[in-house]
Amino acid sequence: MNFETVIGLEVHVELKTESKIFSPSPNAFGDEPNSNVNPIDLGYPGVLPVLNKEAVNFAMRAAMALNCDIATETKFDRKNYFYPDNPKAYQISQFDQPIGENGWIEIEVDGKKKKIGITRLHMEEDAGKLTHGDDGYSYVDYNRQGTPLIEIVSEPDIRTPDEAYAYLEKLRNIIQFTGVSDVKMQEGSLRCDANLSLRPVGQEEFGMKTELKNLNSFNFVRQGLEFEQKRQEKVLRMGGEILQETRRYDEKTKETVLMRIKEGSDDYRYFPEPDLVPLYISDEWKEQVRQSIPELPEARMKRYVEELGLDQYDAEVLTSTKEMSDFFEATVKHGADAKQATNWLMGDISAHMNKQQLELSDLKVTPESLAKMTKLIDEGTLSSKLAKKVITELMKQGGDPEKIVKEKGLVQISDENQLREIITEILNENEQSIVDYKNGKDRALGFLVGQVMKKTKGQANPPMVNKILKEEIDKR
Amino acid sequence: MSKKISTEDVKHVANLARLAITDEEAEKYSEQLSSIINFSEQLSEVDTSKVKPMTHVLDMKNVFREDEPKDWITKEEALKNAPDQADGQFRVPSILE
Amino acid sequence: MSLLDLTIKELQEKLSNKEITVTELTQACFDRIEETDGQVNAFLTLNKEAALEQAKQLDEEGIDADQFLLFGMPIGIKDNIMTKDLKTTCASEFLSNFEDPLYDATVITKLKNANAINIGKLNMDEFAMGSSTENSAYKKTTNPWNKDYVPGGSSGGSAAAVAAGQVPFALGSDTGGSVRQPASYCGVVGMKPTYGRVSRFGLVAFASSLDQVGPLTRTVEDNARILEVISGVDEMDPTSANIDVPNFREALTGDIKGLKVAVPKEYLQEGVDEEVANKINQAIDTLKELGAEVDEVSLPHSKYAIATYYMLASSEASANLARFDGIRYGKRAENADNLIELYKQSRSEGFGDEVKRRIMLGTFALSSGYYDAYYKKAQQVRCLITEDFEKVFESYDVIVGPTSPTTAFKIGEQIDDPLTMYANDILTIPVNLAGVPAISIPCGFHSDNNMPIGLQIIGKHFDESNVYRVAHAYEQQTEHHKQKPAIGGVN
Repeated sequence: MNFETVIGLEVHVELKTESKIFSPSPNAFGDEPNSNVNPIDLGYPGVLPVLNKEAVNFAMRAAMALNCDIATETKFDRKNYFYPDNPKAYQISQFDQPIGENGWIEIEVDGKKKKIGITRLHMEEDAGKLTHGDDGYSYVDYNRQGTPLIEIVSEPDIRTPDEAYAYLEKLRNIIQFTGVSDVKMQEGSLRCDANLSLRPVGQEEFGMKTELKNLNSFNFVRQGLEFEQKRQEKVLRMGGEILQETRRYDEKTKETVLMRIKEGSDDYRYFPEPDLVPLYISDEWKEQVRQSIPELPEARMKRYVEELGLDQYDAEVLTSTKEMSDFFEATVKHGADAKQATNWLMGDISAHMNKQQLELSDLKVTPESLAKMTKLIDEGTLSSKLAKKVITELMKQGGDPEKIVKEKGLVQISDENQLREIITEILNENEQSIVDYKNGKDRALGFLVGQVMKKTKGQANPPMVNKILKEEIDKR
Repeated sequence: MSKKISTEDVKHVANLARLAITDEEAEKYSEQLSSIINFSEQLSEVDTSKVKPMTHVLDMKNVFREDEPKDWITKEEALKNAPDQADGQFRVPSILE
Repeated sequence: MSLLDLTIKELQEKLSNKEITVTELTQACFDRIEETDGQVNAFLTLNKEAALEQAKQLDEEGIDADQFLLFGMPIGIKDNIMTKDLKTTCASEFLSNFEDPLYDATVITKLKNANAINIGKLNMDEFAMGSSTENSAYKKTTNPWNKDYVPGGSSGGSAAAVAAGQVPFALGSDTGGSVRQPASYCGVVGMKPTYGRVSRFGLVAFASSLDQVGPLTRTVEDNARILEVISGVDEMDPTSANIDVPNFREALTGDIKGLKVAVPKEYLQEGVDEEVANKINQAIDTLKELGAEVDEVSLPHSKYAIATYYMLASSEASANLARFDGIRYGKRAENADNLIELYKQSRSEGFGDEVKRRIMLGTFALSSGYYDAYYKKAQQVRCLITEDFEKVFESYDVIVGPTSPTTAFKIGEQIDDPLTMYANDILTIPVNLAGVPAISIPCGFHSDNNMPIGLQIIGKHFDESNVYRVAHAYEQQTEHHKQKPAIGGVN
């Protein structure tokens, strides 16, 4: 019997508003524990939530970018459960009227495109952060409590761990371009839970699913799902039964480990939040938010190909992160040739980032300085070869490329008389090479060019050197 | 018209509500809650097939705050009433079993 | 005649004329409390030092009292209203160590801005759950008219303190009658404003969709003045209504000629004590004499109000009280060795019987498989109850009836039977469910026990003005509010 895998993903994304969703505490990452909290975040008696309008705008923006239908009437509900990171013992969430429904995104795996449905996107508040000491205690920091979150639930359309990976990449990419979140998994601004079930090929009914937690990178999601897929298949083939379990992915062993077996469903006793009045989203409001959505990766990619003449692959790579794409556009805006900018970004700059494990924002190079450098190349002031030195300097130290070129003596020699003088000298010193060249040994010309470059410390303008060399040889 | 809430039910509900109850209390609650619930069965005689459930008595909508952060209390105040704390954090018995 | 027998207007005149100082007035309250609270047991926490300090400052600043509606006025606060730097317990063991709640409720901020003086925190049924103040974890407040009787609840401390003249005014909260019923039992004036009229920010939530803060006073005029100060939209409470606050005192003309008054037949039916019904009918006659047009009407869904209320209020309470977990504030059980035990023991030790019972009921009503039959059903019936009121208010200005079916009962008489206890609220609960404003004012005494009887006047949404208009006209025509109780009767 062959099995078909069905995967569902629940993605939580923190929205980067200035303040929290229901309280005016700053929404910031990495501050001292319990420094960004107020009585509302702490669930003090008597406090009330007040909805941050920008959080709604952001959620709507994300929902629209994910092709969701936006609710006209929506509301908040209380989800009741006790946990130390949940100060009111209820989380304000959305139960039966999420702000977005029926969305989709398109993924590509092995050259094949596929639409993955999004069941719903709803707003809620994030919980505090719990850390577990080895002293028998757990510690609670409520800084994160009340950070606006959206939860995005996929339709059971995903069939392989690779598709799950592609879905997550695409989702992150789109949301990043909307500007509503940093979507950084390492900072927890994007988090993912996955569930997986198997069913015999042809069967309509879903098999029993297990839920996976502690998936701290997209790779771990893929690996966890791969392990779980194999584990379930083995259990089923041996005639066993899959239990409704929550399993934790262990990064070291690359295995999933049983956390707990669920008995029935959790009873969260959802009911409408009486402290918050309902939301009515008018067509005007929706339109206003729609207008605020920046150009999304798909559209940018198309524009790069059609208007800037890049090839499809380059356009895809450039739009794979908002940072890169924004950098590219700014560089072009500062006057750089699109292809040159692409080559530098995808070449030396990406190589450096990969090697040093850095992000674009960690580098000192700016779109302005990159553009200026490409202009120096175009003018003939800087050779492409020496430009590699300049870009390294720009990435590490930053600064004005023109200055760097001057200070480091990297200015290209394009003065014909000066070059002719040097070339004459070289030819005088290498009579044999002239003979060789005339006898058809093309390599001899290369040797002579090399000699010129050596003498000029690489500063000679290569096309001019070629031209003058040929002219001078012909004279002899 | 009897909808007795068993002591089992009572214990389940008490667990959801995080209340510790003795067997004796479970017995008492079973009786009292059953009588309240029995009394409430009268609601079933009201025809509400065309009635929307009412959460808010006033017809209000779209009440917002602008996205402006404000300082309110200090870190020290946040922890002031905590029964147990250490290193600027609230402390609870380990949640890992 | 004591200072504490005067109205706000009279007191402010005396302050303006320098006949008295704020300090003298404030001190008079504390003296009266010292003298009588051994019997009344109304106060849980006194704010003596801060209050006298504030009084001294007000005296020194020499501000004209007329500039502020409540300049120098001493006021007692129900202990479920948050007061910065002043212990707030909700009469619960759980909050017995809650010395600094960190912030002021909006009503407290408004009182401070009006230069009123907070005398202290008043006893109540724990977390406002109860009708007799017997559910306090700390003390049993007595009824100043007869100390064998309960003061009503849950704002029993507030009503008793005002009746005993310990403070001229107090704030209470009303979820199902908790201001009006104790006002009725103690022979004072108690107002439950329209839902949304007064900010709930800083009122410890019992049932969020029903709770309102309201004033308890000895006269209608004082009541109107305090409501004016504490009302208004609040950016911290999204359910507070963005509606102008009128000068309620302008409605106190004594003129109710042609005003249309409805008397629901359900409010004078069986279950209502015969003499209570008689006194209400007499009051209705007085309104007629004053020129009001009175008709009998029907609020057909009234009989479902109690069941509806207990489902909704308990469900909301089960969530509202879940935050009391012993982690950020409040009392944590000492010997819990794991988290679940910490929750369960802290909550079981910290909460009293009635609170636990309602949490259990609410948790049950919301739980999987029962939500539609109980919680949702109750929300639907609530809609019908509200429509009953809307229909009557299409043709009438106010609705009148008794506040409570009986007068105060004796301490210990009803506490063991929840359903009997809940039945006390049958005439006040529909008002909370419909969100309309209602007042209770004294309208006589029962011949069996000499305990006060309350007349309830109910108005349209945000039409407190007409409620006060009728209440004031009746008050001016009668002498009930001038009667003095046995304990602390000010003369």
